[in-house]
Amino acid sequence: MASAGRLARLTGSARLSGSDLTLAYDRRVVATGLDVAIPDASFTVIIGPNACGKSTLLRALARMLKPRTGAVHLDGSVITSLPSKEVARRLGLLPQGSIVPDGITVADLVARGRYPHQRLMRQWSKADEAAVAEAMRATDVTELADRIVDELSGGQRQRVWLAMALAQETPILLLDEPTTFLDISHQIEVLDLCADLHEAGRTMVAVLHDLNQACRYATHLIVMRDGEIVAEGDPAEIVTPDLVRSVFDLRCEIIPDPQSGTPLVVPMLANRTRRRVATSA
Amino acid sequence: MTVRVGPWSVRLAPRALLTCAALLAVLCVVSVAALSTGEFTVPVPDIAHAVFGQGTPVAELIVSRLRAPRVVTGLLVGAAFGVSGAIFQSLTRNPLGSPDFIGFTAGASAGGIVAVVAGGTAAQIAGGALAGCVVTALLVYALAFRRGVQGYRLVLVGIGVNALLVAANSYLLTRANINDAATAGAWLTGSLSGRGWDHAIPVALALAVLLPMCAAVARPMRMIEMGDDAARAMGIRGEAVRAVAITAGVLLSGVATAAAGPVVFVALAAPQLARRLTRSPGVTLGASALMGAVLLTAADLAAQRLLAPTQLPVGVLTAAIGGTYLALLLRKDRR
Repeated sequence: MASAGRLARLTGSARLSGSDLTLAYDRRVVATGLDVAIPDASFTVIIGPNACGKSTLLRALARMLKPRTGAVHLDGSVITSLPSKEVARRLGLLPQGSIVPDGITVADLVARGRYPHQRLMRQWSKADEAAVAEAMRATDVTELADRIVDELSGGQRQRVWLAMALAQETPILLLDEPTTFLDISHQIEVLDLCADLHEAGRTMVAVLHDLNQACRYATHLIVMRDGEIVAEGDPAEIVTPDLVRSVFDLRCEIIPDPQSGTPLVVPMLANRTRRRVATSA
Repeated sequence: MTVRVGPWSVRLAPRALLTCAALLAVLCVVSVAALSTGEFTVPVPDIAHAVFGQGTPVAELIVSRLRAPRVVTGLLVGAAFGVSGAIFQSLTRNPLGSPDFIGFTAGASAGGIVAVVAGGTAAQIAGGALAGCVVTALLVYALAFRRGVQGYRLVLVGIGVNALLVAANSYLLTRANINDAATAGAWLTGSLSGRGWDHAIPVALALAVLLPMCAAVARPMRMIEMGDDAARAMGIRGEAVRAVAITAGVLLSGVATAAAGPVVFVALAAPQLARRLTRSPGVTLGASALMGAVLLTAADLAAQRLLAPTQLPVGVLTAAIGGTYLALLLRKDRR
């Protein structure tokens, strides 16, 4: 059976895709000959071990990195041939490591997400106001509106950044490791929010670290290793002990997640741990 | 606060507006005081007559020929330093990233001193300062460039280049004959004394071109403060915006230094003072321009009157006033 990604490519139902991508920073080549398509209305998660090129791929899809060969297409046009502000109205990105401007309030930061919709003489339309209010409501930061962003907790701050990206009102939203530096409850909070946004009709693409979270939330999983896509499709169909062993070099058992029924990766015990558990039992 | 007229809308922060209005008022008061007072007092009502050529010949000479160009030069130079400082502080996300710290002003000084030692005219000294500033900026940019320019790298490289240039300037002064050294020394503290319309007009022309350039990139610059990726995601090409902003910022500080010498501290303090008064996120160009103009004109007025008849160079006062005020504000901030 063709994977959803390949299907999307064949049927043309992928607004965002990349073909024959060679991705490199200066002289260090991260990936060659990558073909990727983001199925419309999917929650696509890109996963793989550290330094496998997953963030690099996301950055290329978001036009942050110019591919050395090949091209990223958005709605049938080469993404770099479109005016950058036009792209910003269709495709949003929550990058890693954004810097909070000194002394900015939550409301002001979220409002900056409206930049692609504004012009010098149309700085704050009714639509801008409505989009910001809605983004703050969806991320549950409305009560924080007048707080200084610097003074918020990590989880709150990440919700504010997400609100800014939401205020951009793009049908496609890319997230680069949105759960990094968050504790487990805040991770789930952010992922649940992404799932809600996906439910509401957006195409979501996220780079994640945690395979179990990826399986639970993704409708389409892209698994990478050493700059190559080794598997893609519905997590329930592609995540197997063999795949986990070949990609993450980890021996594991896979059981259904008791909550969601999606694959749950349970790593095997190392021999010495097994002995310790056996003696204490 | 939003003002909407038909399809147009402008977003304004009430506190920022109020601050700018207040700064403008202070600027007016200081300017009138500078035009009116001195060895020969021109009553305030007579100033308007003199400016429009209907006053007594003496008042006209003093106001239009002597005092007005000095006030106008101070105002324009102050605004240019303020905006230039705001641009580099925004690009480097660092208050120390102002042109007087990262070598641009020292480069302008070097150019100026070379022109003085070579026996240049006032115009040649100004040209030398401008050239020195531009060359230094290119050097700092080239040295700091590595896959684009990062803020902290620009500051570090700039501080290094600044140190080199300060040393070179001292060396140049020791090699100059006593008269040239005295002239250069006076120019180096920064002064507005004896500035005529031939100083004011070039600065005015430069500002007329450069300020609209700055206004055009002001909004994208604020977005770049969040990082290049975040700005790019909003449809902003960081390198292009930075190129325009840097060009404008370098030329502003070059032109300002050419007109008044390397007046210290205005470029550093004006944006920070303005930011704290407006409570805006990050530095803003408009308020920084006004604050720079107020700082420099007020400092110049004080320099002329405080120890009258002794006239201090304005650079001495900007450091004293700006520094004290900034220290007070920072102290208040910390509480």
